[in-house]
Amino acid sequence: MADLEQFRAETRSWLEANCPPEMREPVETDKDVYWGGRNAQFKNDAQKAWFEACRDKGYTVPMWPKDYGGAGLSAPEAKVLREEMARINARPPLSSFGIWMLGPALLHFGTEGQKQRFLNEIARGEIRWCQGYSEPGSGSDLVSMQTYGEDKGDHWIVNGQKIWTSYADEADWIFCLVRTDKDNKYQGITFMLFDMTNDGVSTKPIKLISGNSPFCETFMDDVKVPKSYGEDIPAYVGEINRGWDVAKYLLGHEREMISATGGVDRASSLGAVTSRQGELDPVLRSEMALFDVDALAFTAMSEKFLDEVKIGKGHPAQPNMLKYAGTEMNKRRHELLMAAGGSRTLEWESEETENGKPARSWLRTKANSIEGGTSEIMLNVISKRILELPGA
Amino acid sequence: MPLYYDDDQAMLADSASDFMREEGAIAKQLRHWRDRDCKDGFGHGLWEQFGEMGFTGILLPEEDGGLGMGQVEANIVLEEIGANLTPSPFLSSSVLAATALKHGSDDTRGRWLPDLVAGKNVYAVAIDEGPKHRPERIACKAEKSGNGFKLSGKKDFVVYGASAEMIVVAARTSGSDSDTDGITLFAVPQDASGMSHDSVRLVDSSMASHITFDGVDLDGDAVIGEVDGGREVLNAMLRAGRVGAAAEGVGVARGAMDMTVDYLKQRKQFGTLIGTFQALQHRAAHLYSEVEIARAVVLKAAQLVDGESEKAELMTSVAKAKVAKAAGLAVREGVQMHGGIGMTDEYDIGLYMKRERALQEFLGDMYYHAGRVAELSGY
Repeated sequence: MADLEQFRAETRSWLEANCPPEMREPVETDKDVYWGGRNAQFKNDAQKAWFEACRDKGYTVPMWPKDYGGAGLSAPEAKVLREEMARINARPPLSSFGIWMLGPALLHFGTEGQKQRFLNEIARGEIRWCQGYSEPGSGSDLVSMQTYGEDKGDHWIVNGQKIWTSYADEADWIFCLVRTDKDNKYQGITFMLFDMTNDGVSTKPIKLISGNSPFCETFMDDVKVPKSYGEDIPAYVGEINRGWDVAKYLLGHEREMISATGGVDRASSLGAVTSRQGELDPVLRSEMALFDVDALAFTAMSEKFLDEVKIGKGHPAQPNMLKYAGTEMNKRRHELLMAAGGSRTLEWESEETENGKPARSWLRTKANSIEGGTSEIMLNVISKRILELPGA
Repeated sequence: MPLYYDDDQAMLADSASDFMREEGAIAKQLRHWRDRDCKDGFGHGLWEQFGEMGFTGILLPEEDGGLGMGQVEANIVLEEIGANLTPSPFLSSSVLAATALKHGSDDTRGRWLPDLVAGKNVYAVAIDEGPKHRPERIACKAEKSGNGFKLSGKKDFVVYGASAEMIVVAARTSGSDSDTDGITLFAVPQDASGMSHDSVRLVDSSMASHITFDGVDLDGDAVIGEVDGGREVLNAMLRAGRVGAAAEGVGVARGAMDMTVDYLKQRKQFGTLIGTFQALQHRAAHLYSEVEIARAVVLKAAQLVDGESEKAELMTSVAKAKVAKAAGLAVREGVQMHGGIGMTDEYDIGLYMKRERALQEFLGDMYYHAGRVAELSGY
């Protein structure tokens, strides 16, 4: 305990010295955070300084081992770091699907060679990854996916189309589910890793109702994917034809991540924030109060879940519940923000709203309960795996 | 502090669960006493057993004969009481009144605590005045008279008041009705002259009194804590009682949900188990989420109360309101998903609905506590 208190004191003074004031402002768009990659640009010097300080300290991925670019922090230490960062409102130094998704998969399933190469690249923000899961015909029923890799001995020839690949147009590499055995539904999928600059890979952004395009269609047209990138660096995670195990493991992570991202917003009372901008109608104030009850209670649930994970307690399907409750709440939060803000929030193109931030964010949240497994799928999983209802 | 039970708490939860399922079961207690029109509304035998288990003194320090445990442990017992709908003066006596008496003088503690710990005495608390919980406003008056006080006024919703050997009464000794200061707590013995009970059976078969104090003479020893300085102790009582009621509510929600999910796995219509219908599955899964979240925030609030955190006040109201929502949903969905049989007295699911209603009202309902969350958050 004394060690932890010392760590807290050290962390606090390190953050004080290294986190620029600009990096303590609330994150409002994806651009406020550095995403790394070959073509990455820093928004300003503060963002660069903050990223580089964290990278050198291993704080882009605090809990990963030092050999792989992390700081090797224990869970209690990482919690202290999180708390200290939250205390000063520090932005994440680096965001990426490499950190959230591929990293955990490689830590669990990867070879030493894969970890040495890919994890270090992720931790140092050198390579930006995107995720190729959904297809036009395979949304909630993901396992029906058709993108096919034909075995050509030392490589595959991949053909097919992915959809909802987040920031595929800005990503360097993709981790991608590819069917490698057409006769075996679950055990016929390989979790492949390849470079987006390969011949035959193309992307097309999808314009959403928010007017933004965070997602793409990704086309694979006779893409040659080698089976290996060198000694002990296979081009797939886990085993050939067993990629579904990796995908399922990762979906769990994605659900936790999606439910956890709302947590930052929920730290402060919605009613308190909105009432400072103007008087709330009495009925709206009541709605805010009931929302704050749910939001604060959910914060306790998230905390309990994370505590239980550390000791291996809790039901393994619990992230589905968090994802469901967290995303539904975030949608409700933005409905209330729109209501509180009134006609100002309708502005799509105005300086005051920074080109429609409130409206665009409101619309963006509608995807929360669709991406990473819809609310309905989450309820199905809870019914089947937790409540053990028949035939679910 | 991590949000799960430590080893000792897990052991307590096991023994409380076994005990309540055996001894506090619906058939053995709630229906037994209700069907005999028992004027107490609970069994004294079970209360003695609570004493043998040590539950009666769970929040009291060891020097007072208690177990020296905290709110988390009291809540463990309460969740099992809730799950089994066990009629018991535990919340009133061992949580609310005990929290008040902890602040009493040596004489006060010596007079009242041993019989509570033994499971012999039952104590009640008189806070509400009127049909809604508004402890900010206390009009019931105690005026100086000789060496003591003369108590006048009315109190409502005094749970198990008619069976209580002593009632902790929050009364005004100075200032006006809505003042924060000027409150004093009194330990009023059952035989005090000038106190009259109108004891009424409630929807959940528990008993509660409307009490009239008509110039009740109390000597100075009846004061718990400081004269005019009772608000702080009252607030401590309310925190413990509200978090405790929330824990019992989680138990009620759990009991109703378990019954309902079991029913979905047994009942057949259209030639198949109704639990295969997605319309019901999704509602059951949503209910599960709400109950889990409620359970988490109750544990959080209890830990904050034990840690005397400045956030305890806010999270106590969050917990009470969240449980009201989740447990309310559990009993309503429970009755609906049971269909016609859920409307019968023979089936237990309706008893959960009744208990939830009474518990939600006790020490502030969802609306009261959501309003408090707004106020404490500054809007």
